[in-house]
Amino acid sequence: MSARASVPKWLLLRRGAQLAFLALFLAGPWFGFWIVKGNYNYSLTLDLLPLTDPYVLLQSLLAGHRPERNALLGAAIVAVCYALVGGRVFCAWVCPVNPVTDLAAWLRSRLGIKGGAHVSRHARFGLLAMTLVLALATGSIAWEFVNPVSLLHRGLFFGFGLAWTAVLAVFLFDLVFMNRGWCGHLCPVGAFYSLLGHRSLLRVALPRRAACDDCNDCFAVCPEPLVIRAPLKDAGVRPVILSPQCTNCGRCIDVCAKDVFAFGTRFQHSPPLDACQAPK
Amino acid sequence: MNASTSRRQFIVDAARMACGVGMAGLGLGAYVKQAQALPPVAFRPPGARSEQDFLGACIRCGLCVRDCPPQILGLAQPGQPVATGTPYFVARSGACEMCENLPCIKACPTGALDHRLTDVAQARMGLAVLVDHETCLNFLGLRCDVCYRVCPLIDKAITLEPRHNERTGRHTIFEPVVHADACTGCGKCEASCVLEVAAIKVLPMPLAKGELGSHYRLGWKEKEKAGGSLVAPEIEHRYQLPEGLRYEAGKGLATETPQ
Ligand code: SF4
Ligand code: SF4
Ligand code: SF4
Ligand code: SF4
Repeated sequence: MSARASVPKWLLLRRGAQLAFLALFLAGPWFGFWIVKGNYNYSLTLDLLPLTDPYVLLQSLLAGHRPERNALLGAAIVAVCYALVGGRVFCAWVCPVNPVTDLAAWLRSRLGIKGGAHVSRHARFGLLAMTLVLALATGSIAWEFVNPVSLLHRGLFFGFGLAWTAVLAVFLFDLVFMNRGWCGHLCPVGAFYSLLGHRSLLRVALPRRAACDDCNDCFAVCPEPLVIRAPLKDAGVRPVILSPQCTNCGRCIDVCAKDVFAFGTRFQHSPPLDACQAPK
Repeated sequence: MNASTSRRQFIVDAARMACGVGMAGLGLGAYVKQAQALPPVAFRPPGARSEQDFLGACIRCGLCVRDCPPQILGLAQPGQPVATGTPYFVARSGACEMCENLPCIKACPTGALDHRLTDVAQARMGLAVLVDHETCLNFLGLRCDVCYRVCPLIDKAITLEPRHNERTGRHTIFEPVVHADACTGCGKCEASCVLEVAAIKVLPMPLAKGELGSHYRLGWKEKEKAGGSLVAPEIEHRYQLPEGLRYEAGKGLATETPQ
């Protein structure tokens, strides 16, 4: 493993963003500064900007409701933003569950916990489909009864009740039963956002992939390590992570001692003469 | 691994996943079915659609809760017996103030609280019923009148109906009577009932109201509609009274006093 002295810039920025979003929502209920009202399902910023979770709105539509304008407008704004910056930017930069599962993953590796259940990383799409079918079949937004993402987020501003049990369950599941179990395998919210960002502009690129010395640090740190292999190792693939499962967290950028990674666009090409490659 | 075993592995994996997801779905469906029953003391804000529609329309944002000036709404938390994340109030602990401009409905981005409701007097959150005639102070012959006085629709939603106090023989009982055509179910009467446990309570509409058979016709209404008696010639009314009682026009039953 190659040691790296510099600060993990993107990690710090990301934690900063997660805290900032929380602070914005908490400023109202805790200090009376109502910049934002609501929660991630729907929020109104400065009494002006509506933002709706398109996933919950989709379930409402399937349940047979025709929403009013603000909910639709908010969903359109959110959908366009994430379609541009990458759907799972929500996961890495916004979602309140991420710090919980990141902590579980960190602790798991520190404690050397290995093994556990085997579930396909595609299971989340199965669960996503299940939540949509359930909305259609029950006429109710069924997933919202148990969704740990909104239970945690809403709980912080409107009172937790027993919501902490769901959060603890996710934490213990990731810690004991499955590495990156929730966010990496099961969460239908993340699955939805990955589909939303399928063609996103902002992507992690590998402009200096030729410099890779196979230390595997990026694979170790990435919550979705499957997304890295092809663009890093396969010369026939353009040097950019196009998999929608990449959360654009930037951990690979931080960790790579050879500066292989950088934020870029999905149109990233190999440098014309492979400039980074040392002449033979 | 050759192609056929890997294909078989793939099919087994896919089947396993489908089963897992199916089981999760059935479990969640069953849980949701019992978790979404609304207890009779919990009421939705004004304009809420029917409970079934509401649970598909409300996206659990809490904007209505935030914009309610008297802050009587809560957003249900897991562990409370109301669908998680949906708004409700309990009349006895905080009744709806029937705000004229309906800030809760205005705040609702989805229309789970129906934006077509613009007159709060048309809201039907529930229906007040004077459920306990044995403890209500007015029924005991006192002039409490509190539920009547606090009603935002006094003299329309709730009236005081005088009747003779048989116990004292010389007083009047002012019976609070709620009228379903005007009561919004705001719960102010229940909230302010002076008893330890309120004698007047708001009930969900289906618990509070009876319903006539759809084929029932009220003779006097039909008569009004037809502009005259439907039976011709009109039959003269005959009294079948127990001994010692007679009917006095305009007053009702009276005891026969020996002349
Ligand atoms: S996968 Fe789900 S819980 Fe995890 S960060 Fe993404 S939305 Fe949040
Ligand atoms: S009418 Fe007023 S008091 Fe009643 S729920 Fe709405 S905002 Fe609250
Ligand atoms: S404002 Fe509307 S969508 Fe939001 S919680 Fe209230 S009823 Fe539900
Ligand atoms: S609930 Fe009570 S206070 Fe409210 S309108 Fe009905 S009778 Fe009046």
